[in-house]
Amino acid sequence: MKRRLLLLLPLLGFLVLGGFLYRGLSMDPSDRDSAMVARNFPEFDLATLADPDRRVDASLLEGEVTLVNVWGEWCPTCKQEMPQLLELAERGVRLVGVDYKDTRAKGRAFLDEFGNPFEVNIFDPEGSLGFDLGVYGAPETFLVDVDGVIRYHHTGYIAPEDVSRVIMPEVKKWRE
Amino acid sequence: MARVSVWLLVLLAAMSLPALAAVEVRQFDDPVLEQRYRDLTATLRCPKCQNQAIDDSNSPIAGDMRERVYQQLQQGRSDKEILDFMVRRFGDYVLYNPRLEGRTLLLWGLPAALVLLGIVLVIMLVRVRRDVAARGLSEAERTRLDALVHRQGAHHDTAHHERNE
Repeated sequence: MKRRLLLLLPLLGFLVLGGFLYRGLSMDPSDRDSAMVARNFPEFDLATLADPDRRVDASLLEGEVTLVNVWGEWCPTCKQEMPQLLELAERGVRLVGVDYKDTRAKGRAFLDEFGNPFEVNIFDPEGSLGFDLGVYGAPETFLVDVDGVIRYHHTGYIAPEDVSRVIMPEVKKWRE
Repeated sequence: MARVSVWLLVLLAAMSLPALAAVEVRQFDDPVLEQRYRDLTATLRCPKCQNQAIDDSNSPIAGDMRERVYQQLQQGRSDKEILDFMVRRFGDYVLYNPRLEGRTLLLWGLPAALVLLGIVLVIMLVRVRRDVAARGLSEAERTRLDALVHRQGAHHDTAHHERNE
């Protein structure tokens, strides 16, 4: 009898393996932990999009909970995301933009066309700040707390329902 | 006909140009550095792609990463420093060879544990079989064996005798 039960071992192994594979079917491979959360916003020294003579650095993000959005004129999803960012600005969230791998003319034209929810835009034509933020596409959004520490990283599109469901709760959580 | 083939060849060559353009050519004075560059770009995974190393991805971020690897090699950074630099920004995801640490213990340990388990199983099986072979027969088994051997032996003997006659 004991020997008979041992014959069920391969079946058991198959079921365990099948369970893992089944779970894998419904997992989102782009959903993964960010390496940036709980770390200081990286150091940088860049000009703003509006004024090439105005330099800004990481101290820009201290003192108030800030949503940093990485965008570019070349990024179609960023255009769809603008209404949500405008709504967040209207709800009193401080937004700072990073114009990523863009030209000044195109970046400014983008804001003229789709609206400007940003207090200031950091101009990052080489993508150096983006690289230090671990950005591998746009849009990406970071929530930075009063001490300049990154608290939340949203990879990709902020959908209309994400505003109330995800972003606002995070902002409120880190304001306290 | 020959002319058509030549044109086809030219067309094929032209079509393969974009593939060549995906990865840039880098100059190295030191062959060791070049080999390290090849190894590093083959073991770093492109964060934008699902399953592709940065050495053959034409995604912009893979190009940026190759550029950083190249710069840092020229600056004399070690492989570990360069990998740390990437992991700090993009997470463990970019390592095709996960590091041995607390949360990867199962990943690295399971194959070794399974091999050990297999060896133990084989040893146990061999021992059990050897014990069975070495164990003497019980009284009942011996009697039965004797009876069988005797009957077969008798049969053989008869056949033997018959052949002799």
